[in-house]
Amino acid sequence: MKASAFDYARPASVREALELLGRHGDAAKLIAGGQSLVPALNLRLLAPEILIDLGGLADLRGITVEGATVRIGAMTRHADLLGSPVIAEKLPLVAAAMPHIAHPAIRNRGTIGGNLAHADPASELPAVMQAIDAVIVVRDASGERRIAARDFFTGIYETALRDGEMIVAVEAPVAAKDERIFFHEFSRRSGDYAIVGLAARATGSGNALADLRLAYFSVGDKATLAERAAAVLGAGPVDATRLAAAQAALAEDLSPQDDQQASGSTRLHLSRVVLARAIAVLTGDASLAGRATA
Amino acid sequence: MTARNPLTELDRPNSYIGRAVPRPNLTRLLRGRGQYVSDMTLPRMGHVVFVRSPYAHARILGIDTAEAEAMPGVIAVVTGKRLAEVCTPWVGVLSHLKGLKSAPQHAIAVDRACWQGEAVCAVVAETRALAEDAAERVFVNYEELEPVTDMVAALQPDATVIHPELGDNLAFERNLDAGEVDKAFAEADAVAEAEFVFGRHTGVTLEPRSIIGDWNPGEERLTVHQGTQAPHMMQNIIAKHLDLEEAQVRVICHDVGGSFGIKVHVYADEMATVALSKLLRRPVKFVADRIESFTTDIHARDHRCKGRIAVKADGTITAFAIDDMTAIGPYSMYPRTSAIEANQVVNLVGGPYTNMNYRARARVVFQNKNVTCQYRAVGHPIACSVTEGLVDLAARAIGMDPAEIRRKNLIPDDAYPTASASGLKFEALSHHASLDKLLKMMNYDALRAEQAELRKKGIHRGIGIASFIEVTNPSAAFYGVGGARISSQDGVAVRLDATGRIIVQTSITEQGQGSEAITAQVTAHALGVPMERVRVILGDTDNTPYGGGTWASRAAGIGGEAAWQAGKALKANILAVAASILQADAATLDVVNAIVVDKATGTERMPLEEVGRIAYFRPDTLPPGFQAELMTVRHFVPREYPFAFTNGIQASWLEVDTDTGFVTLLKHWCLEDCGTIINPQLVDEQIRGGVVQGIGPALYEHCRYDERGQLTNASMADYLVPMAAEMPDIEIGHVVSPTKESELGAKGAGEAGTAGAAAAVANAVNDALSPFDVTITEIPLTPEVILKALGKV
Repeated sequence: MKASAFDYARPASVREALELLGRHGDAAKLIAGGQSLVPALNLRLLAPEILIDLGGLADLRGITVEGATVRIGAMTRHADLLGSPVIAEKLPLVAAAMPHIAHPAIRNRGTIGGNLAHADPASELPAVMQAIDAVIVVRDASGERRIAARDFFTGIYETALRDGEMIVAVEAPVAAKDERIFFHEFSRRSGDYAIVGLAARATGSGNALADLRLAYFSVGDKATLAERAAAVLGAGPVDATRLAAAQAALAEDLSPQDDQQASGSTRLHLSRVVLARAIAVLTGDASLAGRATA
Repeated sequence: MTARNPLTELDRPNSYIGRAVPRPNLTRLLRGRGQYVSDMTLPRMGHVVFVRSPYAHARILGIDTAEAEAMPGVIAVVTGKRLAEVCTPWVGVLSHLKGLKSAPQHAIAVDRACWQGEAVCAVVAETRALAEDAAERVFVNYEELEPVTDMVAALQPDATVIHPELGDNLAFERNLDAGEVDKAFAEADAVAEAEFVFGRHTGVTLEPRSIIGDWNPGEERLTVHQGTQAPHMMQNIIAKHLDLEEAQVRVICHDVGGSFGIKVHVYADEMATVALSKLLRRPVKFVADRIESFTTDIHARDHRCKGRIAVKADGTITAFAIDDMTAIGPYSMYPRTSAIEANQVVNLVGGPYTNMNYRARARVVFQNKNVTCQYRAVGHPIACSVTEGLVDLAARAIGMDPAEIRRKNLIPDDAYPTASASGLKFEALSHHASLDKLLKMMNYDALRAEQAELRKKGIHRGIGIASFIEVTNPSAAFYGVGGARISSQDGVAVRLDATGRIIVQTSITEQGQGSEAITAQVTAHALGVPMERVRVILGDTDNTPYGGGTWASRAAGIGGEAAWQAGKALKANILAVAASILQADAATLDVVNAIVVDKATGTERMPLEEVGRIAYFRPDTLPPGFQAELMTVRHFVPREYPFAFTNGIQASWLEVDTDTGFVTLLKHWCLEDCGTIINPQLVDEQIRGGVVQGIGPALYEHCRYDERGQLTNASMADYLVPMAAEMPDIEIGHVVSPTKESELGAKGAGEAGTAGAAAAVANAVNDALSPFDVTITEIPLTPEVILKALGKV
């Protein structure tokens, strides 16, 4: 388990990084925190000729608030997000998701940009970004492009990034005053990839939800907004009947896969269970959760 | 044997037996100054990487090594055929396992690969990375053969026979019929039955297997640095297969990062490494990477066991019957064989109970997966889960409380010595005292009441109980009688040096469990010296007495007793020297705090350094004809009982989310009786670690193979090792019934936790699910297994 030989460059600026990327093309891999890339290198699943280390790009690291938008630099580490009072206040769904991302050692190295570019369908952040309607800011030698999170993820480890582009930041609207959030994942052990996870947010009053977004992960080839289910729940007070209809609609929204941990049908079942628990939290009506609590 | 009471008195100086003293090796290890084989670099050392079969079963038509040989830094590329010239194959059978058969296994496969991961070619290079680069350039031409993966199908008449010369895929079968089983079932008030399914899992040591072979042509000697539990066994086997005398092989075992039985076997790739050293006349190192660990460290379990139990309406169990099948991979592991686990299952099922009607069949089957062999608590978790699962089913069938049916049937504490239906001899067990103490510890009645209250609210919690017996302190009955050159005795040499310090050399080994600590404790106690004065040397065939090492919960009970006897003998010799100097009667002297004192008054007469000084530098001042003997050696092996059985009982309290199938462990208890407790902290942590290793396969751990014999989860991300966050608090209690086979009275404690944990958890899950009329007898109990049983998916 030793990586095959590669060249290494540590650019001092985004411009230099993009130049290197342009010059080496497919032969290059960008390395941010390395938490997914390095194991893949050691397993020799990937054998790039050159690694372009983004670790020196200090201007890509940090969290700023500009008006109603929170901007997170691509090299901001998970631990930074977890410990940030700005994130806790302005993007509470991101804050809620962070403790579920792996373990402290991984959070100390892993970055938001690296995570999103990797586009693991079982990862939390691609779903969270869709739930909060974030925009992924990407750049190449010719300039910047802004891609809505919901359009960014295109398949297993596949994104809308083009050759020569890299993520430089994520921008998300500051959460509404009456924002209600829910985050949960079913994983066998804490820190594991989820069998099924849901990042959800809504506004509204009482048990009527507005602007509901249900972003599922580990239920298909990419993190997915359950738009049909959200539509069923989206207008007027939620009751058990409408919840059941939304749970049924998940079969249309999601196409969960079989793997080591669970079959597709188990995933669909768990997606429905977690939907009930989410709606119970978002509406404040615990009876909708469909389960007892001690 | 009358020395027992003073041993438990902790109020005199240098009383270490029964005390939680820190391990002498702790500071060294915590400061990062441990020395593991993976840390070692020798001059001219090559690193070997193995090209491994991607197929579960394939014929090797040809191997093209030319390109690899031309790669930078490559020292040699060696095929199985070439290596067979310096290393003979072996067959993993033992004569006392009648009928056990296996095929010759080579260090590197010669004609055929029989599991995915079997080595087919070795690449030795200046670094591991260069060797990996070159290994990618070894081109093996395979003809894929039909893999035999399913154990039931393996015995069908149309199955591919993995080793045609053996005739079929049945490696071993054992049948046992005791008492009147048919009559008991015919006359039973209730009969319960189930098929219990146990997944494959493995040991996952923190430090992978690692070995360096260092052949020195100048002295015609091979020094082997290896993470092993049994250096003398390895010395014998390496010599045998490399055509050397034992005296030409020295095995050194430095620090070892966990073993759990994984590192007591003879691995083909490790034999290949030492053979390569001899072939290439230079040091060669192999350290398994994590994938290699998963695909080649022995696996364990993988049993399907049908069980039946007969019970009377009053709760009396009148019969057990089992039909166990296990699949062991393509070879029986060498030299301990892969039939021991099934054999243990036959021996142990029903063991805690008075019932004497018992029928068992065990079949051991070849298949094209990684080999299985002895791993912590060999056979015990299977036997315990089957027995205790059946007992719970019987209790349910007659409407009896699980604790009550056990009280009714456990062997009474005053019935010893006695024997089990399978013929196991029990010297003294404490099932009832253990049950009583457990129920008190867990506040059983209150827990049942809480469970009932919560159930009304739709919260499903369960209580699972599991009684067990554990094989410890094995005599020659385990391996020696079957012809294996595996020592069941251990030796300890104790020496007083010229500065009053004590050097102890022991044949038991340390892999993190505290063998070194208990050896120091026992010796210091026997001698009357502070532990700081004692230095323990282990793991070196050149520098320790001959012995078995550490496995099967034997280090404290056997090696500890040898240390006790050697310490006592040295003390007598020290007092003889002191008496001759002091012109006193040795019987009136004692050693306290490393000072020779008058026994009656405690008056200090001379420190041990003075005894050493005179004995070593001024022996001319001793009386004529008196020879000081300040080094003593003693050996010990149990003779009266083949094994010192221990016993205990565990309980689990957990909650099942019936919507998701997720299990939350809330609490675990283990009550056990390992006889004299030398170091309570080490015993408790052995139990806790063991419980966690038992819970692992109950809920998480599973080597998942597909139908083509491919291991599909060979990584730490996909093979779920139990982690702290999911583990409950584990409360430990003890009952102490010392064995009379030794003065120390210690039995083993290493496997008790693993023996019963899975049974307790599975019984608790079934108890939680009892309102749904669901019984699950398959582990691991994944969310999906539970949801399926509940009919939710």
